[in-house]
Amino acid sequence: MALQILLNFFLAGVWMFMTNSFSPTGFAIGFLVGLLLVILMRRFFSHRLYLLRIWAVISLFFLFLKELLMSSISVFRLVIRPRMNIRPAIFELETELKEDWEVTLLSALITLTPGTLVVGISDDQKKLYIHAIDFEDIDDAVSSIKNTFERAIMEVSRP
Amino acid sequence: MREERFSIETTIANILIIILISTGVIFSAVTALGLVRLPDVYTRTHAASKSSTLGVMCILGGTFIHFWLIEDHFNSQLIIAIIFLFITSPVAGHLIGRASYISGIKLAEETVRDDMKEAVAKKKRQQ
Repeated sequence: MALQILLNFFLAGVWMFMTNSFSPTGFAIGFLVGLLLVILMRRFFSHRLYLLRIWAVISLFFLFLKELLMSSISVFRLVIRPRMNIRPAIFELETELKEDWEVTLLSALITLTPGTLVVGISDDQKKLYIHAIDFEDIDDAVSSIKNTFERAIMEVSRP
Repeated sequence: MREERFSIETTIANILIIILISTGVIFSAVTALGLVRLPDVYTRTHAASKSSTLGVMCILGGTFIHFWLIEDHFNSQLIIAIIFLFITSPVAGHLIGRASYISGIKLAEETVRDDMKEAVAKKKRQQ
């Protein structure tokens, strides 16, 4: 991915030299032309097109904003309820993510989503221990995290 | 330019600012209420580390939009502040929760399930 972006910048530089237009506009046009070339040559790269990965990052960000807002509202309702009958729990989540940054990102996202808080990660980074503020059903909680965040992170890290 | 102050863009910007800042204030207030009402350290960390992050982020975002669209001053430090809050607050929440669990602070009585107890006990036996 980094290689493709670097190549694209390099092509933009070549374009600026070829057209003798050393301005942001010239750079932008060169970048677009280079992007076209990178798209045409996509079969020669071992990874997928970097635009797809950037798109995955953007959609992960918006998914996260949506989850943050939804669950903030649920905690809001929990806190202002007159009789507070919450059922906190610590449950275990097995993750399939391998890399360090993926696990870090997953636990940061889980922690920032109100309702769940990562209190521990096992030494082999296979299990996350998550404190849930109002606990209904373990399968439900696990599958909702797996289906949203873990899948989106895997989509980003897919080569 | 008195007339421009009441153009449609300014109205939309003002509506956005008011919505953002009131959301932020409401979430911050809920955080404070949650800190008082919730039973134990872990549930309080929930309120303190997250609803407040969203609240402060909304307030900073509203301030940024106000200075950008109304006062015509693009302040990039506010964006940096939002990003830094985003990165650091989950780590703080995680570390508070983890430190209090490992130093043996009890969970609230309502707690229905604790998967981590065995893992920590096993780890302590190994040492």
